[in-house]
Amino acid sequence: MSDLAWIHAAITAARPQAVGALLRYFRDLETAEEAFQDACLRALNNWPRNGPPRDAAAWLIMVGRNAALDGVRKRARQTELPPEEVLSDLDDAEDRAASRIDEADYRDDVLRLLFICCHPDLPPPQQIALALRIVSGLSVKQIAKAFLVSEAAMEQRITRAKARVAAGDAAFETPGPVERAERLAQVAAMLYLVFNEGYSAGDNPARAELCGEAIRLTRLLLRLYQTEPEIMGLLALMLIQHSRTPARFDADGQIVLLDDQDRGLWDRNAIAEGLALIDKAMRHRRPGPYQVQAAIAALHARAATPADTDWVEIDQLYATLERLTPSPVVTLNRAVAVSKVAGPEAALAMIEPLGDRLSGYFHFHGLVGALNLELGHTAAARTAFDKAISLAGTAAEAAHIRQHLDQLMAEHAPPRSTSARAN
Amino acid sequence: MAMLYALLCYNDEDTVWAWDKAQEAEAMDALGRVRAPLERAGKMGPSLRLLPTTAATTLRKSDPPLVIDGPFAETKEQLLGFYIIDVADLDAALQVAKDLGAANPGGAYEIRPLAAYNAGGPIGAAEPVAATS
Repeated sequence: MSDLAWIHAAITAARPQAVGALLRYFRDLETAEEAFQDACLRALNNWPRNGPPRDAAAWLIMVGRNAALDGVRKRARQTELPPEEVLSDLDDAEDRAASRIDEADYRDDVLRLLFICCHPDLPPPQQIALALRIVSGLSVKQIAKAFLVSEAAMEQRITRAKARVAAGDAAFETPGPVERAERLAQVAAMLYLVFNEGYSAGDNPARAELCGEAIRLTRLLLRLYQTEPEIMGLLALMLIQHSRTPARFDADGQIVLLDDQDRGLWDRNAIAEGLALIDKAMRHRRPGPYQVQAAIAALHARAATPADTDWVEIDQLYATLERLTPSPVVTLNRAVAVSKVAGPEAALAMIEPLGDRLSGYFHFHGLVGALNLELGHTAAARTAFDKAISLAGTAAEAAHIRQHLDQLMAEHAPPRSTSARAN
Repeated sequence: MAMLYALLCYNDEDTVWAWDKAQEAEAMDALGRVRAPLERAGKMGPSLRLLPTTAATTLRKSDPPLVIDGPFAETKEQLLGFYIIDVADLDAALQVAKDLGAANPGGAYEIRPLAAYNAGGPIGAAEPVAATS
């Protein structure tokens, strides 16, 4: 790898800690980001000559602080404020800046930086955009590309989000144990949003990269909070889901369902890491929704072929998940397991009561269609598939359902064909 | 007389595990090119890469033993893997480390002479996932 690529990787890795520490110091996001940018420019100039520093984050924090303080000093001189007073204040500040940077501070800095992106006033798309901009350091252009909007529109969205965060209480006090746990839970939810934004994209590589970014940030969070079983579960869940990425779409960008995927393409390292994390999490005996979902994903990952899948166990895990986080979508997912264990009729009976609440949900109609198809109820299947297509979020989703419909048409021209295909 | 060394690889895992697929492939290819001739010459034994320290668990051999999440030591740079080499002397070991370092810059190698080497038995599938199913 070239020097430049290595420096870029080191800066990207150090960014959450460095911007987090600068934010604590300056208590202003704009100043913290500018200070970090300044430090990065100096790193690009300095590191190739002097070699990379042992602790890139600490280097960037120190240099960023000094650069920003220089700026304050210059402005102070221009406006001819009493210089002694200003300088003596700054000397105090520099003493503090020079003091040892504490690991415990780092933890809270990174958590705070992630947490301000979860501001309750921000709708999820703004939370994600803000996190990608200020925590991950993606350019506005990259983020705009991922969300398929213009750069100007994304710039505006991020500026608005920043203004809202700045107007609120950015929670600079050191959190107590309860607050810290609440922040962790909210940050975990936000990181899972980032992941799903990437995972649901499929045919847009710029958006698919968000999965890797979410994994990177979650791994960082776990490194700071090593004993949190739900963070282990979240990372495991992301890793195992992401391991399937090479097999999820065919050469034409069409969705390949789990049962039809070439399991040889799954990323074995990601699966191994995910399974190791689930093992660790289970020892804590503090189950939570991420751990249960990770355990479900792990059962798929462990099955060498679709026929080896332990659907009974998956059904039980979904029952646990229903208790922990009751939601019609969880029940819908459970119905897939039920269809394998008890047949399509039982599954259909299970999801029929959800029709009101999930009437606008693509996957609901997709599953209703597939179950009816299995039962030979072709008219009902066709109605459900038509509805699903009208609700499809991506071209690949629509194309996938259209395949079902085409198959339905083909099978019912010559009525002797009975080969219904389970999803 | 040849001497056995472990080359212990230390680097910032946040950086290494943030590599994208292309960077990953490039680094592994470059390291492979250094490794291959040494393996053919009988100078390189097992080499292995560790999952991130977030996947680690530590057992403190206290009484009773204490199980701790995470690696044994919290360090700025983490132990990410190692090579076992069989070379003439420290100079030769340093040369291997330099070649590997040129292929994959960043971090450090600790060159540690071995006191004992147990080749062990076959441990089945190299893929941990296959081993569990």
